[in-house]
Amino acid sequence: MGDLDFEVIGRVLPYLAAGLQYTIQLTLVAAAGGVVFGTLLAMARLSAWRPLALAAAGYVNLMRSIPLLLVIFWFYFLMPVLLQSLTGAERPPQIGAERSAYITFILFEAAYFCEIMRAGIQSIAKGQAGAGYALGLNYWQVMRLIVLPQALRNMLPVLLTQAIILFQDVSLVSLLNVTDFVGAAVKVAQRDSRVVEMYLFVAVVYFVLCYSLSAAVKQLQRRIAIVR
Amino acid sequence: MIVIDNISKWYGSFQVLNNCSTRVSKGEVVVVCGPSGSGKSTLIKCVNGLEPFTRGDITVDGVSVGARETNLPQLRARIGMVFQNFELFPHLSVMENLTLAQIRVLGRTPEAALAKGGALLERVGLTAHAQKFPGQLSGGQQQRVAIARALAMDPIAMLFDEPTSALDPEMINEVLDVMVDLARDGMTMMVVTHEMGFARKVAHRVVFMDGGEIVEDAAKEEFFATPRSERARQFLSKILSH
Amino acid sequence: MNLDIFLQQVPDGDGAWWQMLASGLQWTLLVALCAWIMAFVLGSLVGVARTTETRWLTRCGNAYVELFRNIPLIVQFFLWYFVVPGLFPAVKVWVTTLDPTHHQVVTAIVCLGFFTSARIAEQVRSGIQSLARGQRNAAYAVGLTPLQAYRHVLLPMAYRLIIPPLTSEVMNLIKNTAVAYSIGLTELFFRTREMGEMTFRYFEAFAAATLVYVVIALTANRLMAWIERRVAVPGYIGGSR
Repeated sequence: MGDLDFEVIGRVLPYLAAGLQYTIQLTLVAAAGGVVFGTLLAMARLSAWRPLALAAAGYVNLMRSIPLLLVIFWFYFLMPVLLQSLTGAERPPQIGAERSAYITFILFEAAYFCEIMRAGIQSIAKGQAGAGYALGLNYWQVMRLIVLPQALRNMLPVLLTQAIILFQDVSLVSLLNVTDFVGAAVKVAQRDSRVVEMYLFVAVVYFVLCYSLSAAVKQLQRRIAIVR
Repeated sequence: MIVIDNISKWYGSFQVLNNCSTRVSKGEVVVVCGPSGSGKSTLIKCVNGLEPFTRGDITVDGVSVGARETNLPQLRARIGMVFQNFELFPHLSVMENLTLAQIRVLGRTPEAALAKGGALLERVGLTAHAQKFPGQLSGGQQQRVAIARALAMDPIAMLFDEPTSALDPEMINEVLDVMVDLARDGMTMMVVTHEMGFARKVAHRVVFMDGGEIVEDAAKEEFFATPRSERARQFLSKILSH
Repeated sequence: MNLDIFLQQVPDGDGAWWQMLASGLQWTLLVALCAWIMAFVLGSLVGVARTTETRWLTRCGNAYVELFRNIPLIVQFFLWYFVVPGLFPAVKVWVTTLDPTHHQVVTAIVCLGFFTSARIAEQVRSGIQSLARGQRNAAYAVGLTPLQAYRHVLLPMAYRLIIPPLTSEVMNLIKNTAVAYSIGLTELFFRTREMGEMTFRYFEAFAAATLVYVVIALTANRLMAWIERRVAVPGYIGGSR
């Protein structure tokens, strides 16, 4: 234990902070985008038009069956090729891993948010939608004004918990050499040979953040339960 | 046999039982009644230590329930309990429900346990259902099996916590008949119930509880004919009028 | 897309690419199986501990679960692979005697074992707690000790109740073996990436891996559904009263 140097953390703090900032940004964007896309997917899964329902189910099941790492690498390698064929460019456009990660996570997390929203939508009694239709509202209005607001409110704790999981999942981009919080720590650890200090620090920071966020969500859950 | 001595119990700052004292002698049948929330279920669960109590003590056949040295599982093996929701073990067959504790707690051989279980099933009229699972039986049948399960342990006393409250009306009698039989055979019984017909038939004493206290504790005839407290009178009039 | 890339020989001459992928798959399944056994045993113990009436046991159990839930998996891999040997000289000494592959495999199994056990503990706890309180009372009333009550009454039903969420955990575990890539274990994902890098046929490589993972997921699902049917209790609709 003797030759541990925790001072190194102090020296590289700004670098680590920048990495953490990227992590948080990616989490927020992916959560927001994921919820939106996930909600659309959920509505598609519940739709009466079978081809759409099956396609959505297929997408969701696929995303949930394969490792996140595989999805990350798929998008990292595939997206330039896809964009090339879409735009007819001469060579695949250079999309950095940092940017492809945004798309990757939105599309990946959407599958998980879809299942959450689907449960939420189904838990809103059919009577609610029925009342809306009886008043003359159309499908999109019923969804937007009656069903989704209630579903979102009911599932808020679960959505937030999924967001915390997403926050942890983001760390996998470090394997693509992206400088997120873990990536930054890896780079410092390799450069300065301070492996133990760096990884311990990262573990502690994540623990404190995630534990506090989970506790906050539990509090929120209690508040919402009473108001209803 | 059962001595309840100044039992008080608090849930946090809320007092559930307030200085309750009574006794059940050997061979006696005591019915405990009262409005809901009066603490009668809690009190009976204190007798075999399923609910801890804050003050006072209970002794069963001379053994203290509250003392630290008491081996509760061993004591409970000698007291039978029947629950409002039957609480048969759903993953075990009827016969397995009867033999589990005999083998595991009393150390009987499987053959002896099976024989005892078979005899008891016959006594409650359910021999044909020995290999069925609780989920396949009606409520009344489940409760009769539950009584058999308790009797399989050869208990010195039986506790009943609202045994018929969860039953549909047409099944109440089949369970009460078994209980009446038991009483006539001389079993020491403490029964929490609303079934006043049962009380009139076989009870020796009636204990009336309200708000966590024992309000009346009298011999059966006395209780029904001349209830001493206003609350008991009100309760009786409500219960008996339908 | 050209499928004979899989039949092409690997530059080092260790066989064809499909055999490389297959060997990766073997490591994936081996690690998953060992980690699952460890996770199931540990998770059950911790889950039960969290439902006992003994305060310090519950607290320890909760702390255990919180520890493994709030740190990302990849960081946990780094902790086991680098930090633990770094902090405990005895471990470091032992590790240096190991074949590098064995070090990675043991680390992967231990890491995934603890990680998954925390999640299983959560499932076991909620399974036991969803059983009516009366079941525990009935078990005690008939004279069973707490240990006997868990063994003969509470756990048999709780395990049946949690087969669906346990199925998800099995699938998560298999997917999470890919993260062992971070410490260099040559499991399926590692081999896929390697094949992509060396042949530049990323599409075929990843497509093959995707197919394999999907098939594993479907198989795991079918297996758990079969188990659920085998152990179903006649007449029990499910859920507590």
